[in-house]
Amino acid sequence: MPSEGTRDAHVHRMSRRKMMKGVAAVLGAMALPAKDAPASVWESFFQKNFRELSPEELNGVLSRLQKEYSEKYKKAVTVRATPPVEGVLYGYGLDLSRCIGCRRCVYACVGENNQSRDPQIHWIRVLQLNKERGVDLEEAEHYYNPAKVPEKGHFYMPVQCQQCEYPPCVKVCPVQATWKERDGITVVDYNWCIGCRYCMAACPYGARHFNWKKPALPPAEMNPETHYLGNRPRPVGVVEKCTFCVQRVRNTPGRYTACVEVCPVGARKFGNLLDPESEIRYVIENKRVFILKEDLNTRPKFYYFYAT
Amino acid sequence: MNTERMRRASVPAAAALLLFLAAGWASAAEHPKATPPAKKERAPEHLQFAVPTPPFTPGIFPCSECHKEMKPNPTRRELKDEHTNIVLNHAQGQRWCLDCHDVSNRDKLHLVSGEKIGFEESYRLCGQCHGDKYRDWKVGVHGKRTGMWNGEKQYLLCVHCHNPHDPGFKPLAPMPPPVRPEAVRK
Repeated sequence: MPSEGTRDAHVHRMSRRKMMKGVAAVLGAMALPAKDAPASVWESFFQKNFRELSPEELNGVLSRLQKEYSEKYKKAVTVRATPPVEGVLYGYGLDLSRCIGCRRCVYACVGENNQSRDPQIHWIRVLQLNKERGVDLEEAEHYYNPAKVPEKGHFYMPVQCQQCEYPPCVKVCPVQATWKERDGITVVDYNWCIGCRYCMAACPYGARHFNWKKPALPPAEMNPETHYLGNRPRPVGVVEKCTFCVQRVRNTPGRYTACVEVCPVGARKFGNLLDPESEIRYVIENKRVFILKEDLNTRPKFYYFYAT
Repeated sequence: MNTERMRRASVPAAAALLLFLAAGWASAAEHPKATPPAKKERAPEHLQFAVPTPPFTPGIFPCSECHKEMKPNPTRRELKDEHTNIVLNHAQGQRWCLDCHDVSNRDKLHLVSGEKIGFEESYRLCGQCHGDKYRDWKVGVHGKRTGMWNGEKQYLLCVHCHNPHDPGFKPLAPMPPPVRPEAVRK
């Protein structure tokens, strides 16, 4: 019986292992940007996680993105990375006794935050609930479309990112592309996200949304005031979510979020939880307040309340 | 003996206190601005809110434009000739025009106290009955605020959202519902 060595010594033998190595090398090479790709593609390919960028590197990234977006959308786009304001923890209040379910907030958010129009991405979902059943999410309907709202016997509960103190979405991210900032806002680094969608499965509020296709954002409707961690245009294959309009609120003075400003019934309240004079503190101290899915211990900073 | 020691000690102590007070008075006299005012003057309540102009029907204000020629008739009645478009649906039967509008100065409203106020302060009038809403509105919890969350804010008057003659909030047409997932599957 000839041994292994003597039998195949004269044959070039393609082992399974060798073949797999070759396939991996070819696929790996294909994943790299093409040789004649613009320098910016190579730069974004080798870009570090947002939190590891040095100030100089961050400036480079921001100016590269600014140039890229300005060319793409044919207008002067600014991309900022404004850090959290010290001594601020954002909190949000939503008055369920006022909300009439008109969805103005949904579309104001889309306009402000450059979501994809087609396929459609909405960061706010307005639930129509039965007054007799109360907050019974099994019975919630978000495709309601009567001629006029509110409909008799119903109340409305808009749901968006609750900016949890213990965000389950952050916990499950395998690459740390999403994290909670010091001011309580959970953000995503779209350049670091690998699109695994674990966070979407982990979020109990359905607040995270995936770009299944290349987002369609008409240049005329594009909001050019953007934040790296917020409303800058997203690539295909990444997850996005409400950031409390990080591009607006992280300033002194900072603007109210787009949903607060558009609400025709003034049901939406926003402010600093650490400031005893703020509207949100007044709400928490004087009104009947609840948080959604309290039993999950996510500790949302989004407070539903009844003003009457 | 103890009391004697205390008495002896108290003399220089009192002298030191007197000296200290005198020095303090002298320095206060030198810098009169350094002393805080006895009572902080608070801006009148009605000046504390920056509100936009009231939403008048175009051309209707000032009311005195038409009313100056007319002799006021303070008897409660249904208006037949003018303002017929106003249907009072706000505690009707208990109230009529001149409970809020002033009869002697047509460009003003008046409070229960008789104080005349401008239309841009109408929240004080509403607050007479709706004190809970007024309290919430003042802190920015009832009604809409725009502007800066940590800076200058814009308020709206009650009457920007509630027609004072028919204050119930009117139903709105909702914006389109989201696209159903089965509609995007291609």
